[in-house]
Amino acid sequence: MKSGDQSALAELYDRYSSVVYAVALRVLGDTGAAEDILQEVFLQLWRNPGAFDSARGSLGAWLAVITRNRAIDSLRRRKPETDIEDVIVSVAPDLAAAADRSRAAEKVRGVLGSMPTAQRSALEMAYFEGMSHSEIATKTGEPLGTIKTRIRAGLMSLRKAFAVAGGSSG
Amino acid sequence: MSQHEQFAEDLALYALNTLQGEDRATLEKHLATCPECRLELAQLRGDGALLALSTMGPKPPARARQRLLDAAAKQAADSPRAQQTRESASPRRSWWGALGWAATAAVIVFAASLWKENAALRQEVMTWRALAGQQTLELENVRNVARAITDPSVERFTLVAMKTPPQPQGKAFYLRNRSNLVFVANNMPPLPPQKAYELWLIPAQGAPIPAGVFKPDAHGSATVVNPPLPAGMEAKAFAITVENEAGATTPTMPIVMMGTGE
Repeated sequence: MKSGDQSALAELYDRYSSVVYAVALRVLGDTGAAEDILQEVFLQLWRNPGAFDSARGSLGAWLAVITRNRAIDSLRRRKPETDIEDVIVSVAPDLAAAADRSRAAEKVRGVLGSMPTAQRSALEMAYFEGMSHSEIATKTGEPLGTIKTRIRAGLMSLRKAFAVAGGSSG
Repeated sequence: MSQHEQFAEDLALYALNTLQGEDRATLEKHLATCPECRLELAQLRGDGALLALSTMGPKPPARARQRLLDAAAKQAADSPRAQQTRESASPRRSWWGALGWAATAAVIVFAASLWKENAALRQEVMTWRALAGQQTLELENVRNVARAITDPSVERFTLVAMKTPPQPQGKAFYLRNRSNLVFVANNMPPLPPQKAYELWLIPAQGAPIPAGVFKPDAHGSATVVNPPLPAGMEAKAFAITVENEAGATTPTMPIVMMGTGE
């Protein structure tokens, strides 16, 4: 076992563990479970680093997506549905630095705040609770089509907000 | 593009891993053949990632770091037997050394194949456009020729030998295998109202075949273009008679003009 490997893993961990942990915790609401997800995500990346294509998108965003998916799977007691290799994320800003991330977080919160309430809650239910649009529709009493539209519109608002900032790889 | 519109909302749900059942199967089938939608999917995942990235919270417990490194070390040590997960065939060498913060060439690049597919698609589109352009040009040429003969504003010049008054003249251009016929006439005498000239195709055998009814303009010119004709008729001659405006199915004598093939 080469010591060089371990230090690379350690460096990745130092850089991105707070993102991964924060996402896992947000979804699961449990520190123990969040820590398990943290382990799982980094170990999997370490076993299979070819899964991430650094030429497109940022590792931070990719990790965030993988983490969220894993956490949702755990929350819903599902087997992992997507192979880690299949996830391609196209996002320009790396947001590895805490300062960048907190600025981005503020911006996202701003966008969420200015969204129509129903749209924001549909988006958050889908994203952080992994609810399907039919589940959301049942819960809110709104039509399926409306929920679908809201979720997409919510994502597009986020995209627009960050595209304007420049640097979107598009 | 309307097909993609139909998928737009499902793509968003799929990006959030919440699309289920038949909708999901349909979309996955579409994604297999659509690089554009795959690209959109990646972007939607990125949009979702913004939500994830915006989560703030406490740092993980300190012990988690060491726990991870220990687990990694154990895995490396156990590596020949550690093949539990459904993995792609990664070679058993150290990746981490090669994985710098800059782009690494050793990484599987799905995006590169996506880009290639896009490029190939673009090339194909360009080829088809070029072909369509070529055909349009040819069509334009044909139209130009037809226009020169049939357009009302075309100027016609009839050349006759000096010191003779202009004579009625007609020329028939007949393409037998396509039943195409273009007939041009000059200096036709005006007709009384309710009368018209009729062109006839005189076959080698059988009765004359109607080949168009026409009236000369103020200058005595007229054209007939592609009247309906039976396929592949052999024409011994063309002839013109004077008929009622509606035309006739058999010629009314006398024949006023006639010509055989040159």
